[in-house]
Amino acid sequence: MAVWNDERLERIVAKLLRAGVLLSAAVVLLGGICHLAAHAAEPVAYRKFQPAEASYRSVSGITGAVARADCRAVIQLGLVLLIATPVARVAFSLVAFAFERDRTYVFVTLVVLAVLLYSLIFSH
Amino acid sequence: MTTLEFTLVVFLISAVAGFLGALTGLGGGVVVTPALTLLLGVDLRYAIGASLVSVIATSSGAAAAYVREGYSNIRIGMFLEVATTPGALIGAFLATRTPTSALPVIFGLMLLQAAWQSSRQDPDEAANAAPDILATRLKFDSSYPTSGGQRPYHVGRVKTGFGLMFGAGAISGLLGIGSGALKVIAMDQAMRIPFKVSTTTSNFMIGVTAAASAGVYLSRGYIEPGLTMPVMLGVLSGSILGARLLIVARTRVLRWIFGVVVGLMALEMIFSGIRGRI
Repeated sequence: MAVWNDERLERIVAKLLRAGVLLSAAVVLLGGICHLAAHAAEPVAYRKFQPAEASYRSVSGITGAVARADCRAVIQLGLVLLIATPVARVAFSLVAFAFERDRTYVFVTLVVLAVLLYSLIFSH
Repeated sequence: MTTLEFTLVVFLISAVAGFLGALTGLGGGVVVTPALTLLLGVDLRYAIGASLVSVIATSSGAAAAYVREGYSNIRIGMFLEVATTPGALIGAFLATRTPTSALPVIFGLMLLQAAWQSSRQDPDEAANAAPDILATRLKFDSSYPTSGGQRPYHVGRVKTGFGLMFGAGAISGLLGIGSGALKVIAMDQAMRIPFKVSTTTSNFMIGVTAAASAGVYLSRGYIEPGLTMPVMLGVLSGSILGARLLIVARTRVLRWIFGVVVGLMALEMIFSGIRGRI
């Protein structure tokens, strides 16, 4: 079995990031084309703030709307996937540092991941 | 404007934002927020939501290249992130209690000075830091690729850098600005980390910091899919190009671009502070 070292860690992190970014971009593009196909000629400005509809404001709402083939929800799903890439990166680093038996960095990464998940889940 | 025209304009602006954001380690928000609000008259809350997504897009889009090439130092980034995040939370908490417009003006002037200093320094003349016991223990010292092959570097003044990162987080939370500029300046000026390592490591950190606040903005409805879609796709394309350029660009050019972008950001802050908009 190959040894866990920083170089191997970095190669995997790079692949993980590329996959996450490409996947989220593909989903956003799909939703975007579908959204534009229906609304391309309508006027738009976003001058006045109206909070996005409730179904676009939570992961469960978004997945529910995607199931109803809602184009804007597909965009939102892609954006959620994008937001998840740094989280996945930190989570993967934690696993890698654990394999390297680097206790200091397992602790450091655990703190970062805990704060990240806490603010993602409980801040609203 | 029709939806199609608006989408194309936002895509182009965002591509420029992603390009500059990846090149400087500042993230795409520096360009996206003022462009959307001042140029297109978009409501600030939509712009903030889009800007947050643009920071994550810059970070993740450019990171694949930076990590693969071995520029960004994940240990330094992870360690300093421990200081930035609580700083940002405290800053955001204080933001509701400090109504003064003097703060952005004072801070803008400081940033202006720092931008001037960062842009002037000649990287080849700058002596690398002396080995620091703490940096050695934390395994910060590493090497990065240059035109003359891998070049090893030491990291200095870890404690000062850690303190500055806390301050960077607090000020970004307080003023609602991206913390990338302060992160790069702290790593470059205080810790004496090579410029390309500083900007690419900042690029990693801003993505993590932005992801932490993404939940709040999503649940408040600030992330508008129709507006954020071209921002995300544009910033991503721009950041991938910016990352390619950083790898081949000379450090002196990168410092100059960084100085100009941070200088403009500081001026914008000073003016909006004077006009009492913050």
